[in-house]
Amino acid sequence: MANFQVNKTYQEINDKIKRGQAVVVTAEEIIDIVRKKGEAGAARTVDVVTTGTFSPMCSSGAIINFGHTKPPIKASKVWLNQVPAYAGLAAVDIYLGATEPAEDDPLNKVYPGEFKYGGGHVIQDLVAGKSVRLVAEAYGTDCYPNKHVEKDITLKQLLNAVLFNPRNCYQNYNCAVNLSNRTIYTYMGPLRPRAGNANFCTAGQLSPLFNDPYYRTIGIGTRIFLGGGVGYVVFPGSQHNPAKPRGDNGIPLGPAGTLMVIGDLKKMNSRFLVGVSLLGYGCSLSVGLGIPIPMLNEEIAHFCAITDEHLLAPIVDYGHDYPAGTGRILGHVSYAQLKSGSMTLDGKEVATVPLSSLVRAREVAGILKDWIAQGRFLLGEPVELLPADGDIDCIHTASRDS
Amino acid sequence: MAKKKVVLNFPPHLIDQPITYRLVKDYDLVVNILRARITPREWGRMVVELNGNGSRLDEAMNFLADLGVVVEPLAGEIQWQEERCIHCTACVAPCPTHALDLDRVAMTVAFDRERCIACELCLNVCPYRAIEMAFE
Ligand code: SF4
Ligand code: SF4
Repeated sequence: MANFQVNKTYQEINDKIKRGQAVVVTAEEIIDIVRKKGEAGAARTVDVVTTGTFSPMCSSGAIINFGHTKPPIKASKVWLNQVPAYAGLAAVDIYLGATEPAEDDPLNKVYPGEFKYGGGHVIQDLVAGKSVRLVAEAYGTDCYPNKHVEKDITLKQLLNAVLFNPRNCYQNYNCAVNLSNRTIYTYMGPLRPRAGNANFCTAGQLSPLFNDPYYRTIGIGTRIFLGGGVGYVVFPGSQHNPAKPRGDNGIPLGPAGTLMVIGDLKKMNSRFLVGVSLLGYGCSLSVGLGIPIPMLNEEIAHFCAITDEHLLAPIVDYGHDYPAGTGRILGHVSYAQLKSGSMTLDGKEVATVPLSSLVRAREVAGILKDWIAQGRFLLGEPVELLPADGDIDCIHTASRDS
Repeated sequence: MAKKKVVLNFPPHLIDQPITYRLVKDYDLVVNILRARITPREWGRMVVELNGNGSRLDEAMNFLADLGVVVEPLAGEIQWQEERCIHCTACVAPCPTHALDLDRVAMTVAFDRERCIACELCLNVCPYRAIEMAFE
């Protein structure tokens, strides 16, 4: 155990939160505080740092129990507003995935497809209080004779509706360019030929896992801001890979850690769960997610204070390398550079645009800060931290991180 | 009198020609340039409202076509729905005129109608369906 000058416990910080005395700042605000007071000084003064991100997170979805019907049905196929949901669970439990397009969507037949409505949009509509058409089909059994159900459902009427996202909140992500000769349509947005634009997609110094790069405070049971409500980290996300190369400052140089998260959909807000139509690619869901980082000691302050200048994104060619799975990286670029609006690639100036919404990421961190400062949100002490070392036995992901 | 809103697309070799002048002088048209984007050595694009005698207007259209100007009807106006926009900036890169532009400090996107040449390049790019075409 390292020897720290400052040693706080979750219990102490939570007691302060309950008394309304906790000092809470955002991951942007902490930078100046550490600059002025030093790491130990900042760790003494500040109790919690709030982070935030808002961007498309494809591996998201909702577990919904739509209630037993009369006569009862054991649904084997279910559609919500014509978007197929997975029904291979118990009678009326379904999982609706964010990237599932409506069944009659022309997909990429007319290229690039528009993907106007999918699972993410259904989730947004439900959370916004809209009524959604449910159709269920079954083969019929002695105990569940019903073979066809059609009804309108609203989130309020549902017994249970839970947002459950197997992989959210990538620790770092690619900066996408296209070195081919034609415009391509990717989950990183449209990329113009000959590196006409570079798209990146994390909130940089505001982004949750950049502020706790070794997961010293994040694990199973961490309470978070999820989709405008309260959620929890329940496990390492799929493809969580802490062994990715890191810079001298410990920050991963590519997509490394991820989170599996869960939360009560009924308490969420459609401002922070927005359906996405990615031209030529598909449907998705943008998720607002924020993690409070308890200032347990000066090491936490040290990591929270790392600025965009020292957070690097790998530049990847989505024209050739990504579809071919070569894993080639063209170089690294700092988030400070990316946020400035342009970078240089092979001597050429390339415009850079963030696909995640920095405005809304700031809003997430700000709301979480208010909740904690007002004593309405307590920190959850993880029962187990996320794996932080490299010896995880895992299948090679062929340098694909989407 | 007839009135028409059209988009004129000029091939690169025509952009330094006084074509608007010819429309006024030879065809007696009132030419109201709504928006334009002219860059040396590239296709130019101009949104205009033409006002004049019906048959003269048709003749002017033929004159333009003969020159090699591609005339399209103006399908409609781009509408940016601020309340749907989450400022993801996906539309900023494809927009050729900076009608959709990013404030780098606040990191917010704004739409400047005056600069929009209705090229529709941004239309399907918006993942949040905040950009729409409003037909007249
Ligand atoms: S139509 Fe869209 S891309 Fe074209 S100029 Fe107007 S705003 Fe820009
Ligand atoms: S693409 Fe749509 S949501 Fe994104 S900034 Fe442009 S208008 Fe706003």
